[in-house]
Amino acid sequence: MTSLTRVWDIPGGIHPPENKNQSLQLPLGEIPLPPLLVIPLNQHMGTPAQPVVQVGDSVLAGQLIGAADGTFSANTHASTSGTVIAIEDRAIPHPSGIAAQSIVIQPDGLHAWIEKEECADFRALDRLELLDKIRAAGVAGLGGAGFPTAVKLAPKSTQVIDTLILNGAECEPYITADDMLMQVRANELIAGTLLLSHILHHPEKLLIGVEDNKPKAIAALKMAIAAAAVTDPEAKKIQVVSFPTKYPSGGAKQIIQILTGRETPSGHHSADIGVICVNVATAVAAWRAVRYGEPMISRVTTIVGEALQTQRNIDVLFGTPISYVLEQHGFDANRASRVVMGGPMMGFTLLDLDAPVIKTTNCILAPGKQELPPPAPAQACIRCGLCAEVCPVSLLPQQLFWYAQAEDFDRLETHNLFDCIECGACSYVCPSSIPLVQYYRAAKGSIRQQEIEKEKADRSRQRFEFRQARIAKEEAEKEAKRLLRQKAAEEAKKKLAEKTIATSEPLEALATTTDIVAAAVAKASAVQISADEQKIKLERMVNAAKSTLEFAQKPLVPNKTNPVISEEQLVKQQVRVKQAALKLAEAEKKLADFIATQPELAAPEPLPTATTPAVATTTAIDDPIAAAIARAQAKLAISPADRIRSNIESLHSRLAKAEERVAEAKADGSINVAALQQGVDKLREKIAETEAQLTEPGANEPVAVKAEKTAAQIAIEKARQKATAMANKSDGQKRAEQIQALQLRLQKARERLAQAEAENDPNIEAFRLGVTRLEEKLNEIA
Amino acid sequence: MALLNITSPHTHGANRTGRIMRLVVYATFPGIAALTHFFGIGVLINVFLASITCLAFEAAVMKLRQRPIMFYLRDCSALVTGILIGVSLPAYCPWWLVISASFIAIVLAKQLYGGMGFNPFNPAMVAYALLLVSFPLQMSAWPTPLPLLSDGQTTPSLVAALEKIFFGTHIDGYSSATVLDIMKQNAGLTLDDLYKKEAVFNGRWAGAGWEWVNIAFLIGGIYLLYKKVFTWHAPISMLAALAIMATLFYDSGSSNSSGSPIFHLLSGATMLGAFFIVTDPVTSAVSNKGRVIYGALIGVLIYVIRSWGTSYPDGVAFAVLLLNFAAPFIDYYTTPRTYGHKKPRRATDSTPRDGH
Amino acid sequence: MIDVILQNPILSALLALGGLSAAFGAILGFAAVKYKVDGDPLVERIDALLPQTQCGQCGHPGCKPYAQAIVNGEDINKCPPGGQATINALADLLDVPAPSLDTEHGEYSEVKKVAFIREEECIGCTKCIQACPTDAILGAAKQMHTVIADECTGCDLCVEPCPVDCIDMIPVQTDLNAWKWTLPTTNQKPLFHVVANELNLIASDRRNSDDEKAA
Repeated sequence: MTSLTRVWDIPGGIHPPENKNQSLQLPLGEIPLPPLLVIPLNQHMGTPAQPVVQVGDSVLAGQLIGAADGTFSANTHASTSGTVIAIEDRAIPHPSGIAAQSIVIQPDGLHAWIEKEECADFRALDRLELLDKIRAAGVAGLGGAGFPTAVKLAPKSTQVIDTLILNGAECEPYITADDMLMQVRANELIAGTLLLSHILHHPEKLLIGVEDNKPKAIAALKMAIAAAAVTDPEAKKIQVVSFPTKYPSGGAKQIIQILTGRETPSGHHSADIGVICVNVATAVAAWRAVRYGEPMISRVTTIVGEALQTQRNIDVLFGTPISYVLEQHGFDANRASRVVMGGPMMGFTLLDLDAPVIKTTNCILAPGKQELPPPAPAQACIRCGLCAEVCPVSLLPQQLFWYAQAEDFDRLETHNLFDCIECGACSYVCPSSIPLVQYYRAAKGSIRQQEIEKEKADRSRQRFEFRQARIAKEEAEKEAKRLLRQKAAEEAKKKLAEKTIATSEPLEALATTTDIVAAAVAKASAVQISADEQKIKLERMVNAAKSTLEFAQKPLVPNKTNPVISEEQLVKQQVRVKQAALKLAEAEKKLADFIATQPELAAPEPLPTATTPAVATTTAIDDPIAAAIARAQAKLAISPADRIRSNIESLHSRLAKAEERVAEAKADGSINVAALQQGVDKLREKIAETEAQLTEPGANEPVAVKAEKTAAQIAIEKARQKATAMANKSDGQKRAEQIQALQLRLQKARERLAQAEAENDPNIEAFRLGVTRLEEKLNEIA
Repeated sequence: MALLNITSPHTHGANRTGRIMRLVVYATFPGIAALTHFFGIGVLINVFLASITCLAFEAAVMKLRQRPIMFYLRDCSALVTGILIGVSLPAYCPWWLVISASFIAIVLAKQLYGGMGFNPFNPAMVAYALLLVSFPLQMSAWPTPLPLLSDGQTTPSLVAALEKIFFGTHIDGYSSATVLDIMKQNAGLTLDDLYKKEAVFNGRWAGAGWEWVNIAFLIGGIYLLYKKVFTWHAPISMLAALAIMATLFYDSGSSNSSGSPIFHLLSGATMLGAFFIVTDPVTSAVSNKGRVIYGALIGVLIYVIRSWGTSYPDGVAFAVLLLNFAAPFIDYYTTPRTYGHKKPRRATDSTPRDGH
Repeated sequence: MIDVILQNPILSALLALGGLSAAFGAILGFAAVKYKVDGDPLVERIDALLPQTQCGQCGHPGCKPYAQAIVNGEDINKCPPGGQATINALADLLDVPAPSLDTEHGEYSEVKKVAFIREEECIGCTKCIQACPTDAILGAAKQMHTVIADECTGCDLCVEPCPVDCIDMIPVQTDLNAWKWTLPTTNQKPLFHVVANELNLIASDRRNSDDEKAA
């Protein structure tokens, strides 16, 4: 109860003019309901709340409108009764001036409350229930950071709390909100302290830290403690500790050091050293949440500055636009140099005065032009060392400044940049008016950004490597299968060779031979079936390309009788030189079908009869297999030039197929006509390209390599070529090039569109949009 | 009202570089007055000439570097340098010496390193030391102080002084050795004998004239301390170290002695150095602990150069320049322990931070 | 024999030097075998500095291959997405002077971009999926595709293959979490004009363009 408790000193610190009297002349006031309340969903530190009302809903004061999203979040409530008229991005008080999701309420003027659940004796309730009540009420730190209070009050089981500190230091100049609150709500604060003490298992020490420039508040608190002690003996434990006024003694880490002499280790929470520090206003809010079941919908805020006619503290609803608050206090925009939310040392300038009052708004400062003039131009650092002297956390602000300027992030980290509390004492004393804090903030932001980017880069690296591995695996699997088939074919060949020997034996062995041949046929067809199965499997495994292959094969069936088609089929077989093993069974089957339906061509009769020599029969069966083997071998042995040639052939056949597909698609009115047509165009280009390479001597090798490239690599290649070409040109040329390219694309797009129109394509709108976009782009450049 | 987006803090202390420098200028007035009293108008001419040329050189370089000239002249740092040069050069020294000193200080020692705040060495001391080794004769020709002049003789008139400075006209009874010179050259006499023999020791504590000059600079220094322009650490530790060294090696006045502590504290450039050179924030160590070390080492070095050096009677300039070299090193080893950390982290430590 | 050597200083010097070099050579050779480093950690370290956009603008199919190429002696200034910062970091690591970006491979863009598929226009051709080096596009044949913005590196490789031109590269929006203060710069345009000129006075060797125009 007394101030006998020892207090420690903190290093550094400054004594700026306090300017606290202006706002303490008038009693705590209130302002009328504003015409509109804008309630942002992230008034606290952590994840924004999720809206739980809809536009048009009518809400009551204290009704939940934004639900906490996860642990590090806080509930948001309607500050008054009225109608939700919008849920949209609105200006919020943030140094960036970025808008954020807010719920806009039009008050009905009744200020009707929801039904409140009161609780006369908090000791009757379980601690977890109490925490739930505080959490439900959306209580967040009112000191400035807005840390969700329920999270703070639930330390880990390993953290034994022996000291509870109520922070009433309020060291920033101008701000008197906590001072006023301690004067007029001392009883509630004491009750709140006892409540928090109960939740924290009654820590040994209950300290209320107040700077010695608030004698009225100290007196009020002492009276309240005496009054509370009559009914509650625990109240006697509460000590009001006054300590010398010095900025920034009100920082959580600083007040802990002042009152306990302990330092919170870097990177830890104060709970790790057994201390929980709560702002006095937060304690009152927590008490009201438990006692009256009252969610946090308003706070005491200091409205101060020479640009105002009235300077005082008010109890203001969250969501009240700051412009409205200023208007109620006779704000003269011409006299103001800026409007700051928070104090002059750590507050930030508002970029939009329509931003609302939120949970962390402890002060709205509208200083006059003489009062807080614009910053003086920065001069060179003269290494005077004043900044290091006033730094409350014993950093070397000067070194940090050099390194921040040089963006030497490693050095900044070894100089403990992240222990900087951004109190601004260094900037305050700097004789060269260097905006030191801005340097630190920028450097911190860059380091954090760099970390995020690094994390992202690591993830992309992983994904890229995984993709590479996957592609390699697919290739390996294909290769393995190919080898397997080759082996099977060789075995079959060996067997046939044996058979040939057998058939050269006397005729009496004919019957046996026929049997053998039959067996061979069976085996061959067995091979076919297994190959077919594999093919189907492969077809399933490989993606859309496979299905289109089957699709393309269908039209052949009705044309089977047409001998012209047979040539085409032969061409197709040549195509499969490239993927010999894969398409082997299919080709054979088609050949067999063809032979079966065209008896006049089947001079070398496939099926063995009594009159035909077995040798012939064997050859007939041997034929497709041997051909496949030969082709496979040929493929292995072919020179690069040959490979290109076969490439061209296969490309030609792919082209033929693709054209067929296009025709098919057109006939079916498929939606993919355009894409397919594009494919045809590309194939044509590729053929031309490959042919050109064939004529070019020495170009054989790269082509061979190129043939194996993936789509991504091809794209890379193109991008690179483009970039190279671009770099070699002047800007004008580049632009011309760009325009040309765009024109080309536009032309293509128009063709596509025309085609789509002609065919009544369902994607016609998409094409049209594409064309207009391209036109716009072109206009932009040209 | 314009809605401006500037970072906190929005308020600022009254301290400005220009204000600091102006206070330093005011604080040199007692010293200049004392010097003028004892050595005549030549001191004022020196100070005036050096100030003007320093400002001119500064302006010229600013012009070359395309900076706003007035903005940089207003910080008064060039003026301070000029005054320091003016008081450290011998009175009635040739004009070209003063102008060379200004050129060396402003152009070579300051602006070539990047200007205000970037110079590793104290500009005035660089100029002084460079000229001392280049023109030892001119640089050690201090005029005879007033108390030693023969009856009826006064310090030179303005005209005589100007003639001496610009045309080298001889002035009668112009030059005499300083106490430090005599102390240095002394070989064989005990201090008592020396004091009797040489009139120059005819002062209260440390030689005629010079002791009062030092006291005047001390007064200026105390004024600056009172105005909190700098902290006590560097000057007091320098004076203390010098006094301790002198006490340790004072053998009650044998022929090998180099003078009493009080003699050292009040002779030569001791006080000027302690309060106007050592306290130069740009070139000294940064932390208070560092400044104690920095000042103490300068004090020790001054004594070492004065007593055991071979050629130079006073060592303030060299001691300061040597410690300018060492300042970053001192800074490195005097890193303070940051709040929440167990021990100070050196700049080269690469341990990852504990988290943030 | 020894006499001859002792009497002939040149010979003895030669022998001594030769002996020393043989001995040190042997030690070095042994050390090279004994302390041989397997793999090439340098490639990993270079790869760690590259931005991992996998865009291939350097002419290599990905960042890792480029890292390998750098180890094999390729220039370090072929990475436009990384910009000068990456080049400086690489130069620092390899202890070589930092060249400026080779614009032959593209230009650095301050604005980070991600691909965005206009989904109503996508026809589901999967071409972009095949082109994406980091599997950041989701979709199946004939189904519309979408970009996982968090995984997109902004490499641009998917734009070209798209047959209906429905992929845009859009700049990443700064949200409240990503927002940061910027360094106070000399050519910063303050929002108020009264002291604008003076604010620009922070010592700088560079005159900003406006001053030059005015001058």
